[in-house]
Amino acid sequence: MPALTSQISPASDTFRANAERMRALVADISQKAATVERGGSDEARERHQSRGKLLPRERLAQLLDTGSPFLEIGQFAAWSMYGEDIASAGIITGIGRVEGIEVMVVVNDATVKGGTYYPLTVKKHLRAQEIALQNKLPCVYLVDSGGANLPNQDEVFPDRDHFGRIFYNQANMSAAGIPQIACVMGSCTAGGAYVPAMSDETIMVRNQATIFLGGPPLVKAATGEDVSAEELGGAEVHTRLSGVADHFALDDEHALAIARRIVKNLNRKKEIGLALRDPIPPLHAADELYGIVPTDLRQPYDVREVIARIVDGSEFDEFKQNYGTTLVTGFAHLNGMPVGIIANNGVLFSESALKGAHFIELCCQRKIPLIFLQNITGFMVGRKYEAGGIAKDGAKLVMAVATARVPKVTMIIGGSFGAGNYGMCGRAYSPRFLWMWPNARISVMGGEQAATVLAVVKREGIERKGGQWSAEEEAKFKKPILMKYEHEGHPLYSSARLWDDGIIDPGKTREVLALSLSAALNAEIEETSFGVFRM
Amino acid sequence: MFAKILIANRGEIACRVIRTARRMGVRTVAVYSDADAVALHVEMADEAVHIGPSPVGESYLRGDKIVAAALATGAQAIHPGYGFLSENPDFVDQVTAAGLVFIGPSAASIRAMGLKDAAKRLMEKAGVPVVPGYHGEAQEIVLLASKAREIGYPVLIKARAGGGGKGMRRVEHPDDFSEALSGARREAKAAFGDDRVLVEKYIDKPRHIEVQVFGDIFGNVVHLYERDCSAQRRHQKVIEEAPAPGMTPALRKAMTEAAVKAAKAIDYSGAGTIEFIVDASQGLKADRFWFMEMNTRLQVEHPVTEMVTGTDLVEWQLRVASGEKLPKTQSEITLSGHAFEARIYAEDAAKGFLPATGTLHHLKFPDTAPEGASMRVETGVRAGDAISPFYDPMIAKLVVHGKNRQAALEALGIALSQTEIAGSTVNTAFLAALAADADFSAGDVDTGLIGRHQQALTAVPPPSSEIVAAAALAVSGAGAQTPTRDPWSSLAGYAHFHAIARRTRLRYGEDDILALVSMRPDGRFQVALDAPYDSALDLRAAPRLARWPDHVTVFSGAVGYSFAVPDPLARADEIAAGADSLRAPMPGLVKLVRAAKGEAVIKGQPLLILEAMKMEHTISATHDGTIAEIATEGAQVTDGTVLVRFAEEAHG
Repeated sequence: MPALTSQISPASDTFRANAERMRALVADISQKAATVERGGSDEARERHQSRGKLLPRERLAQLLDTGSPFLEIGQFAAWSMYGEDIASAGIITGIGRVEGIEVMVVVNDATVKGGTYYPLTVKKHLRAQEIALQNKLPCVYLVDSGGANLPNQDEVFPDRDHFGRIFYNQANMSAAGIPQIACVMGSCTAGGAYVPAMSDETIMVRNQATIFLGGPPLVKAATGEDVSAEELGGAEVHTRLSGVADHFALDDEHALAIARRIVKNLNRKKEIGLALRDPIPPLHAADELYGIVPTDLRQPYDVREVIARIVDGSEFDEFKQNYGTTLVTGFAHLNGMPVGIIANNGVLFSESALKGAHFIELCCQRKIPLIFLQNITGFMVGRKYEAGGIAKDGAKLVMAVATARVPKVTMIIGGSFGAGNYGMCGRAYSPRFLWMWPNARISVMGGEQAATVLAVVKREGIERKGGQWSAEEEAKFKKPILMKYEHEGHPLYSSARLWDDGIIDPGKTREVLALSLSAALNAEIEETSFGVFRM
Repeated sequence: MFAKILIANRGEIACRVIRTARRMGVRTVAVYSDADAVALHVEMADEAVHIGPSPVGESYLRGDKIVAAALATGAQAIHPGYGFLSENPDFVDQVTAAGLVFIGPSAASIRAMGLKDAAKRLMEKAGVPVVPGYHGEAQEIVLLASKAREIGYPVLIKARAGGGGKGMRRVEHPDDFSEALSGARREAKAAFGDDRVLVEKYIDKPRHIEVQVFGDIFGNVVHLYERDCSAQRRHQKVIEEAPAPGMTPALRKAMTEAAVKAAKAIDYSGAGTIEFIVDASQGLKADRFWFMEMNTRLQVEHPVTEMVTGTDLVEWQLRVASGEKLPKTQSEITLSGHAFEARIYAEDAAKGFLPATGTLHHLKFPDTAPEGASMRVETGVRAGDAISPFYDPMIAKLVVHGKNRQAALEALGIALSQTEIAGSTVNTAFLAALAADADFSAGDVDTGLIGRHQQALTAVPPPSSEIVAAAALAVSGAGAQTPTRDPWSSLAGYAHFHAIARRTRLRYGEDDILALVSMRPDGRFQVALDAPYDSALDLRAAPRLARWPDHVTVFSGAVGYSFAVPDPLARADEIAAGADSLRAPMPGLVKLVRAAKGEAVIKGQPLLILEAMKMEHTISATHDGTIAEIATEGAQVTDGTVLVRFAEEAHG
């Protein structure tokens, strides 16, 4: 297979300017990551530690194998929301290895508002469970939470995708043979009590963990009984008397060692039904990715330059290279795993959409996972294209993307606008993982287009009434729209709301894709059955 | 030559004899005790016979069983090795009475050398210089004290039947004589069942130099030069060498002649060693050496002689015992180069050479001799073998030969630093420190050297931060997974932005160490340690280390730093200690109460008996503590009823 040749000159001014800008974006995100990784305030952390408890990330590290990768999910959840700092939405989720097998870990951070569930905490917990379910990953819950955040009860309690869904998921995952393990290391009150109770195996830490439906104040109020938290629902009670928990732990380290032992005994083996190869690195350095992407999203560049820096040996077997050239499709290997890559190289035309649908059919037939490299302004518009049936061709692509049962992983490397987001496996199309580069932007259309569309409508209205609208007035009208789109299209805005699974360092794209794919391969690849393609 | 011999010994010497016998086409029979059922010497021999339980008195000292084993297997001769029955004339009689050959001297020769004072009188008569002293039968304190005055202080009181330093006292002044005498007698009585002593001149800067002799049944006796065994601690040889450093032609001539004379005086046949004490206070002088004793067997340190003379003394033993003449005449025996032997023991040098036991989970000797030297490793153990308390805790003898003393000593140091033993405390660091000692290196040795330098020789520097980090990394399990194509194995430490650090606990001696192990973006591991260690390290060189149950040992030079690795799951005791009460496991009748309120009880102590379902259940203390409450006898209880409550202070 011929390797891709790069047209990039790392010595060029453009490259250097691009790289400088991208590095600045990465540095900014990295620094923000450091902030949320600290969790709650210094006082909250000290209080937590003074009780002999490990900090959430220490617990996480202690649970995982030393040196295990940690594919964190939703790191920036709740970023700049709720009017206060709710680091990572008060819950750490991600995939790591325990005793050599990949598990989904969900860690409450009691240093952030007592680990209570904000709306996004719930959403993040459910997203972690969704990933676990789709990819058949055992779940380990490190529980230390005060339960629902009461001021926000209307947005966390009643609806389908609210708090109750956590236990619904546990039950159904357990039913599907996906182990559910809870390690209770702090409070676990009311509804929260169902996390350990619904788990297959549960650990409790002496003098720290409590499980009860109603805490001592509630008991006092309801029945007048005076009882301490430990007596009411401590590890001693639940491991010796009630059987609500199974394992008695002396402290966090002991508990996490027991959790590891439980995972060790799960009797699971990862069977990958793909023809794997020995991984080889790309021919081109990953950090050149920084310099490839132009500072201006509208400026085109060849997406093969990106592909050349993420696939094994930079080898890429293109499919329909000369047809529908604004969509690049082809086969490659990523860390030894066969993948089909679909990448944007311009606006989508009918031909591009047909090509994409055809390629997805190939991958599903052959059970080859799909990687979407998304940088899309949308489908082509205009009379010629509408008449040519671009809507039905776009629909074919969307149909193929929506129903493809092979693992799909989406990486937004630039713009993600309009129906292009759908055709390129946006969030609504349930990719197993969806990641963003820090330069990416996501919105229904670009800010400029949106402002122009609105301005055109406005001008028409003014002019219909015989009015006048000056260019200055139009610019003034467009400015807040542009600012709104810029703000809401930012990856942090997206990540805060869990429209994606995280913002990553573009230099680590290959690693993230490899870990995502490999984690996805814990579930057997199903047969695809496409719907009706409009012809 | 014999067709088959039995080796009445174990460990390295049994293996050593088997190797030579095999080379000569002689079949071998090993004997073994319970503890040695799967020992190396048993594996190496052509046949093996079980001779009894592990204690030596019931196995390796049972001459009758050994002779029976030889007869049963058709062995024609018995090689006694060293120690055990090697110098027991009654055993020799047993062997010969059974029509077998004892590979060693006659019973008469052994008897002649058996009692030290008798041997000295014999030597005096034969014209061999002996240390001025009193070796008489009379043991009255007044007589002994006057003999001491005649000899001149300082004097040495020694047990007549002694050895190994027991029943030995140095006396500086006449006033201390009577107290030292009673002490020596007490020890002698306890150790040998014989409290008779002798009194000798105490020598100021004594060196222990011995001469290897060999005789045959035709009356020929040769010597194979001397060995210097002055490097001793508490009369135990540590590093032996040949030839003796600073040896002069005049002294060598005088000593070897005296040795041959001594052997001839008792019609000696086989391998023997004449031990001399040499006064080195004014250099080595031909008139400043005295006979101490003769060992009528092969010595532990015989390989150094073999190295410098190019001989195989076991082969000589077999040839002479089978009736052949000595393989070489005196003029054919020449000296070449210099050899050292270091005895690797399971012992804790820093704790006064306390013998150690354990399983040798990791045992690795240098594969090849250091450049320009040759090397032999004499051992009777393999990795996985145990050092049991029943036998001598020697693990191996490292024997090196170089073109001169300096070259050989350098080679010894290198070989020691390449030796890796984990699972038991060993003395390799001490041996290496001795080999590097300035006085020892200069050849300025005497039997007091180790005692004077003991502090420096046995002090182990604390582990460096790099060593602790290497240990932490090893036990953290970092990179332990077999590398696969799976990125979850190969992309170790991946994080979107900042790696997470895993806590690893270690224990070095009494110190608890907490290490944080994380991965750096460049793919290398980083270990962060608390004070006094450096805060953050990344490891460059792959450390030499060994994992063994609940431990890791990091090797640095000849020092093996062993860290205990606490198993967080092995805390059942603490869980039990957390229980402040014991409850009835089922409904029943409290039949018998065996402890009272306020009583201090220990873990495992039966506290009461509960009769339930026609069975008696003993409720025992799960931990040490004081009883605060206990059920009354005859009480009917339901399941979950608290039977025993411990006092508060019993908590963890």
